[in-house]
Amino acid sequence: MATATETLDPTPDLNTSGTPSRSIATRIAGRLGQGTVQVILIVIAVFWLVPVFGLLISSLRPDTANSSSGWWTALTAPSQLTLENYANLLGESTITSSLINTVLISVPATVLVVLIGALAAYALAWIDFPGRDWVMIGVVGLLVVPIQIALIPIAKFYGATGLFGTITGVVLFHVAFGLPFAVFLLRNYFSGIPRDLLEAARMDGGTEWSIFRRVVLPIGLPAIASLSIFQFLWVWNDLLVALVFADPDSQPITIALRGQLRQFGSNIDILASGSFISIIIPLIVFFSFQRYFVQGVLAGSTK
Amino acid sequence: MGVPRGADAGSPTPDEGRRTGVLSGGSPRLALVFLLPALALLLLFLIYPIFSSAIRSTYDAAGDRFVGLDNYVQAFTDPQTLLSLRNTAIWVIVAPAVVTTVGLLFAVLTERIRWATAFRLVVFMPIAISLFASGIIFRLVYDQEPERGLANAITVSVHDAFSSPSLYPGARPRDPATLTPDPSGALVTGRTFGANDVAPLAITGLAPDKLPEGAVQAVQPEPGPGLRGLVWLDVGGGTERVIDPGERGMPGVVLQVLRDNATVATMTTGNDGRYVVPDLPPGDYKIRLAENNFTAPFRGINWFTGTLVTPVIISAWIWIMAGFAMTFIAAGLAAIPRDALEAARVDGATEWQVFRRVTVPLLSPVLLVVFVTLVITVLKIFDLVLVMAPGSVLPEANVLALQMWQVSFGGNDPGLGSALGILLFLLVLPAMIFNIRRFRGDQ
Repeated sequence: MATATETLDPTPDLNTSGTPSRSIATRIAGRLGQGTVQVILIVIAVFWLVPVFGLLISSLRPDTANSSSGWWTALTAPSQLTLENYANLLGESTITSSLINTVLISVPATVLVVLIGALAAYALAWIDFPGRDWVMIGVVGLLVVPIQIALIPIAKFYGATGLFGTITGVVLFHVAFGLPFAVFLLRNYFSGIPRDLLEAARMDGGTEWSIFRRVVLPIGLPAIASLSIFQFLWVWNDLLVALVFADPDSQPITIALRGQLRQFGSNIDILASGSFISIIIPLIVFFSFQRYFVQGVLAGSTK
Repeated sequence: MGVPRGADAGSPTPDEGRRTGVLSGGSPRLALVFLLPALALLLLFLIYPIFSSAIRSTYDAAGDRFVGLDNYVQAFTDPQTLLSLRNTAIWVIVAPAVVTTVGLLFAVLTERIRWATAFRLVVFMPIAISLFASGIIFRLVYDQEPERGLANAITVSVHDAFSSPSLYPGARPRDPATLTPDPSGALVTGRTFGANDVAPLAITGLAPDKLPEGAVQAVQPEPGPGLRGLVWLDVGGGTERVIDPGERGMPGVVLQVLRDNATVATMTTGNDGRYVVPDLPPGDYKIRLAENNFTAPFRGINWFTGTLVTPVIISAWIWIMAGFAMTFIAAGLAAIPRDALEAARVDGATEWQVFRRVTVPLLSPVLLVVFVTLVITVLKIFDLVLVMAPGSVLPEANVLALQMWQVSFGGNDPGLGSALGILLFLLVLPAMIFNIRRFRGDQ
């Protein structure tokens, strides 16, 4: 097993197509087969895009249109499209404040995980202390701990400390559960930094802290980028943690929208536009940092 | 080996870096300072809760009476919890295997395609979206109303392509004594007619604008040879059972001529609603307007029922996760030595044999990692079920992770809830051991 994983491409990317050299006969046969494959792939791609497209179009149609006809009718009658749903949505204070809450939760939860995780990862990679390997094994073990197991004990703890229903409480929970992955990913990356580089920094009289800040963090930037994107999306998209620990004042957008679910059929205008607003940021992040994102996913297989 | 090495991508010296170095200098005390925030949080939020939940699971709902393993007994006897355990089992058995297979398929299919990157981006995209939003997206896809839900819109049009929809759903006789509905939904005349009689049949219960475009003014047939008559839409407001100007015939109505309850002739009405059945031997005939003239239109499948709801939610999950499996497997695929594949091809192996005998065995460690990761994800599945299953069928779609939340925070039984949490933890334990062994093998 060990050898095979070692063969994993060290620079994973979505673009991993190989171009083997082949005889002319097989190439022609391959070309014919490729036509079929291309058609199949196009159908699959459409299959993957249409549901999201349906959400987008539904979010742009008035409520009356959504309840009387399918979103696909808008393709032939685009005049029914309107931004009204979005205007209504952004006029509602519960929605706007929950959107702000989502940002207020996601950003600190991401920054803190990177900071705390990087400090621990550096110690685990480059400072010798007794039991170091055991700590690392513990971190790997904690990667798969289900959130559910912490809900009741932490709810009790938050109740006792006054953190229940606060944004701080939600953030801390996310940070803690993001840490095993953060430490794991960053420590793997940090341990790849050439020793000479660190030794040289120390020769120059750098303290441990300044080595961390001036050498480790800048070199570790790609891994930090992967981690940040991953953690940010994870927190942004969360429902469960906020469902338990947030109250109406600190609830993120997912919880605010969930309140509209009960009457699904009559609330499509709110749900579709609200959901679309909530996925715009993740989609932008995904498409702009696709490469780092892929690396994070490949590294975080155990999460 | 261990962890898929994505994180090491581009790291300065990926191979030497495996051996974790130790710098000269640096003290245990310093390490503790660096580690402290992380350790404190992990201890409080992850490790303490495991023990706390284990203890809490042996107490009753109020938390003041020790009940031993009663909560676990309840977990395996309470029908609702059993149902959620059954569904989780279905998920674990079906979903990871399907997603891994689909991912492998996509990865292999895209291997030699020029626009593979674009394709993979599209299929990978759902993983960036919240399970909540994905749930909404698929609630919409599977909506019961064919006017709203794409799945049923397609189902209905496929269905109607094979069995044409009825022309006059919901239409009924003006006078139930003249035309009587039979159990199948067909309308049969109450009295009998002779071979050369005239039988006008008045129908109502249909909006005039629902008539086919070709329908023209109804005309009372003149008596003549053959059983003849008329089926027309007797609009309310005019004189009942009389053909008023403007009232139109109903084209395309299939009628059967019955003699002693056996069909002796079948006829279809014309644009003015008239029909003639010539050359009948003398006798007593009844006329039957076939049920398929009036059957209610097919409205698609109710996807959110007890038996269908879990497969439907799993299908949404496949849409979400296939890209993850594909990306992972594609990375493994790209790392397979070309020589091995070429050697097999030179030896005369077909593409399928190469795939089956060379590619898959070489990929199996990667496939295993993907599979285990998916199993862990499936065990914790929560949001998607909560969002996609409408309240009325939620109990039937329930899964362990969701049941745990409902019992603890909706049902107010933290005792049983803790037991379910521990159960969930025990289920991921094999994966935890798998990861640790993988990690240690790598060191």
